[in-house]
Amino acid sequence: MQVPAPFEYERATTVEHAIALRERLGEEARFIAGGHSLLPMMKLRLANPEYLIDINDLTELFYISEESDEIRIGAMTRHRELLDSELLAQYFPIFRDAEKVIADPVVRNRGTLGGSLCQADPSEDLSAVCNALDASCVIKSTTGERIVSMSDFHVGPYETAVGPAEMLTEIRFPLKANAGSAYEKVERRAGDWAVVSAGAAVWMDGDRIAGGRVGLAAVGPNTTLIGPVSEALDNVVPSEELYQLVGDIAAANCSPQTDQRGTEAYKTHLAMELTRRSLRRAVARAQGQEA
Amino acid sequence: MTTTEAPPEQERPIGFGRLLRKEDPRLIRGMGNFVDDIQLPGMLHLAILRSPMAHARIVSIDTSAAQAHPKVVAVITGADLAEQGLAWMPTLSNDTQAVLATDKVRFQHQEVAFVVAEDRYSARDALELIVVDYERLDPVIDVRTALNPDTPVIRDDLEGKTDNHIFDWETGDEAATAEVFNNADVVVSEEIIYPRVHPAPMETCGCVADVERVSGKLTLWCTTQAPHAHRTVYALVAGLPEHKIRIIAPDIGGGFGNKVPIYPGYVCAIVASLVIGKPVKWVEDRTENLVSTGFARDYIMKAEIAATKEGKILAVRSDVLADHGAFNGVAAPVKYPAGFFGVFTGSYDLEAAHAKMTAVYTNKAPGGVAYACSFRITEAVYMVERLVDCLAYELEMDPVELRLKNLLKPEQFPYTTKTGWVYDSGNYEPTMRKAMEIAGYEELRREQAEKRERGELMGIGVSFFTEAVGAGPRKDMDILGLGMADGCELRIHPTGKAVVRLSVKSQGQGHETTFAQIVAEEIGIPPEDIEVLEGDTDNTPFGLGTYGSRSTPVSGAAAALVTRKVRDKAQIIASGMLEVSVADLEWNKGSFSVKGDPSKSVTIQEIAMRAHGAGDLPEGIEGGLEAQICYNPSNLTYPFGAYICVVDIDPGTAVVKVRRFIAVDDCGTQINPMIIEGQVHGGLTDGVGMALMQMISFDEDGNCLAGSLMDYLIPTALETPDWETDSTVTPSPHHPIGAKGIGESATVGSPPAIVNAVVDALKPYGVRHADMPLTPSRVWEAMQGNHTPPI
Repeated sequence: MQVPAPFEYERATTVEHAIALRERLGEEARFIAGGHSLLPMMKLRLANPEYLIDINDLTELFYISEESDEIRIGAMTRHRELLDSELLAQYFPIFRDAEKVIADPVVRNRGTLGGSLCQADPSEDLSAVCNALDASCVIKSTTGERIVSMSDFHVGPYETAVGPAEMLTEIRFPLKANAGSAYEKVERRAGDWAVVSAGAAVWMDGDRIAGGRVGLAAVGPNTTLIGPVSEALDNVVPSEELYQLVGDIAAANCSPQTDQRGTEAYKTHLAMELTRRSLRRAVARAQGQEA
Repeated sequence: MTTTEAPPEQERPIGFGRLLRKEDPRLIRGMGNFVDDIQLPGMLHLAILRSPMAHARIVSIDTSAAQAHPKVVAVITGADLAEQGLAWMPTLSNDTQAVLATDKVRFQHQEVAFVVAEDRYSARDALELIVVDYERLDPVIDVRTALNPDTPVIRDDLEGKTDNHIFDWETGDEAATAEVFNNADVVVSEEIIYPRVHPAPMETCGCVADVERVSGKLTLWCTTQAPHAHRTVYALVAGLPEHKIRIIAPDIGGGFGNKVPIYPGYVCAIVASLVIGKPVKWVEDRTENLVSTGFARDYIMKAEIAATKEGKILAVRSDVLADHGAFNGVAAPVKYPAGFFGVFTGSYDLEAAHAKMTAVYTNKAPGGVAYACSFRITEAVYMVERLVDCLAYELEMDPVELRLKNLLKPEQFPYTTKTGWVYDSGNYEPTMRKAMEIAGYEELRREQAEKRERGELMGIGVSFFTEAVGAGPRKDMDILGLGMADGCELRIHPTGKAVVRLSVKSQGQGHETTFAQIVAEEIGIPPEDIEVLEGDTDNTPFGLGTYGSRSTPVSGAAAALVTRKVRDKAQIIASGMLEVSVADLEWNKGSFSVKGDPSKSVTIQEIAMRAHGAGDLPEGIEGGLEAQICYNPSNLTYPFGAYICVVDIDPGTAVVKVRRFIAVDDCGTQINPMIIEGQVHGGLTDGVGMALMQMISFDEDGNCLAGSLMDYLIPTALETPDWETDSTVTPSPHHPIGAKGIGESATVGSPPAIVNAVVDALKPYGVRHADMPLTPSRVWEAMQGNHTPPI
């Protein structure tokens, strides 16, 4: 049994309480949500927080709600809720694609959307999903709240824009008409981190793609939105040639490293291949050709 | 999938047949008793400080801060052990291994010091307080350069050692083989690598050591597959009198060879209990298990096969470079430093064969354990089955046709191979044909041809393997001088229930059921009335333990023979009870009756009561109904099998999906087909792991990159198909019940079938060979013509 270093434990009862605890306990305190990244790191003594602030009682952060122009998801919403949600499946099928291949049911029962984003692992699937969907993050502190786009949220590997006395509370997803989205992942084994994964979202104007975004995971120091892809998807007619072009752009704009999951060349190839595939499916879904 | 339903109650076999495992109610309800479940009054906890470096001189160790930790009882370093002469211990291969490093560390995560504390957390916390000053030395990581003249010498502790050479070994006739190769129509060469893998049992290794202060008796609850062998080794090494050592192996959560060696942690716990006078528990964490305990394989095999242009295989030869890590910890009979690699001639009738091997030290964890491989047969079978496929590729022949053309014929058995192994029995072709029939082989090839037209990648892989298990005859085989014969004791209680005591130790194989069935078959007492006892050296006869698929071939034979000995005595007692001569009795599985008059009979239960009861017994017969024997096998047994694997590969991502796997095994007489199927399912799953995803790899500094199950992957149900298992039955002629053993067949036979399938799928890309692990990345590189060896 791997055992963590000594730590103190506090259990927050409300968001305000959690933020107050964080403010009081300072840099050495960590929120614990699902704990499926933090606890293994603590057991391996890669993370040695002095305090854990347990936020699993914050039921106010467990929700998926539909507003007029966006979907709002509470930061403590579990993977399993994201997988099961018919509302998300209707607007953002990319969620169900991704959740099916995230870890395993035991992890999905505990892990949360907010925890995944705050962990900021460059291989994190939901970060790629949120990038593709142009999500924004609501960050609260004792003095108020601020809203940060996904591209500003992740500032580096395992680093986010959330400050020491702040908390990610909600993630917002803009609703767009005639939209489609999809997620593709290659893993060495079920439940493994991605070798590479790609999420694509498009919105259509008649037969043309009005716009689109692609987010990749495990292809560089951070989960990335591929900016030039958005330019290539601005008001274009979908075609195999376009998917290939966008795939090539994705491959050219990522910087994977050789490791045990694969070589740089293979990962670069996957960035192309999975971008192509996710884009093709996203368009088909937007056109109502795939349920 | 093969059905694994148990028969209804009234059809429960009294003897061989499908029977639910007796141990399962305990295990599946969480009521097992594993080493880490053991709690003793006053028990302390031990944690080991390990080296962060692969090769470094220890300049100094400061334990003062750790000693000052309020819950720490003791901190011990290599220097402390050296004072007692306990800093080094022998390995299973007569090498020495540091218990705690004294001079230098020789692999990353080597044991450097240990802490004993009041609880597990404090012991672990105190490790952080020990300060070790290391002077880095260049590590030897690339096995191919280990023997270069300018390479640092790892084992400068060995007197006069000036290089990293361990041993050279060879088998077969080199000149005769060269002659055949020189005259052959076709010669195919390939460098075939079996990377370093790890048994990774679910339960890690550990022990509780308890030395009683007054009697001086050591009781060691330990995760060991070989309790008796361990007891004797402790006696020989530590100088403890053997009768003052009791090894108890409670429930074991998987072994696969990982729990054969004696690890430094066990010795540390014993020393700690001896010094402190309290029981001490040491249980590895997952990382420690993966990075420091017995690995397996790590062979680079330069292999060649010679054949006629018609596809008659003439000869096989190989030159192997073996990476044994920092200490030679190979678990194999002493005269077999390369294990049973000599069976690399496979299932084929050859004219000549030769293999040579050089084993070297590197700055990696020691091991070379028999991970479900029957002592290196995994490597041998993988090599020859890959070679045969390479030959089929060059000859443009179907790999099944090529095998059928060369398989040994039934009339050739017993067959002596060109490397001197005597295969006991075999009838190979029907087994191959059965697998082909289940697979629908012709139809699969037709489907493949169609798919290739469309650019789809489908592969069909075949392997035919011959195993050599049940070590072994004591004239040839011993481990550290201990012969590989097994004792067995059977007692029938007065009421006709029984207890059978064995030296082997189940790690999940179902011994409590299988051995009860063997006794039941021989004496007609229902299996549920027979208790199987093993894993306690004070209460079981001596024997060498469970590994190399030896439990059924050796101890299973012992169980059958001891039961026959008891039955012979029962027959004499029955002759007295029925007042007829012994020769006038016939046996009806559970009772003796008078020949020609079945109404006059006595059951074994009645005989048992008479044996223990009042009244006279036939002249010269003692009371009681029990016997003990020691079984020395006259030969190994040679199970075999034909496996067919079907894979689909996504051409865009190179992801391999195992679509079907057909396994037809022949392990001779079957005791419990349900347990056999379970063993095969597990071994096949292991094969998927090794073929597609597993490798213990190192960076150039010798850092182990497989320190967690996030890095060292274990396959799940999603990577495995519904296994299609079947069998043929060719009994062993020399085993009392004809059983051959099954534990490792699937692990031996499945990796080549899977790799052959992947390579077959890649034929349109001109791929003839690709090394494991065939991760998507490695498959894709092969498709680009960039296949690189994994080491």
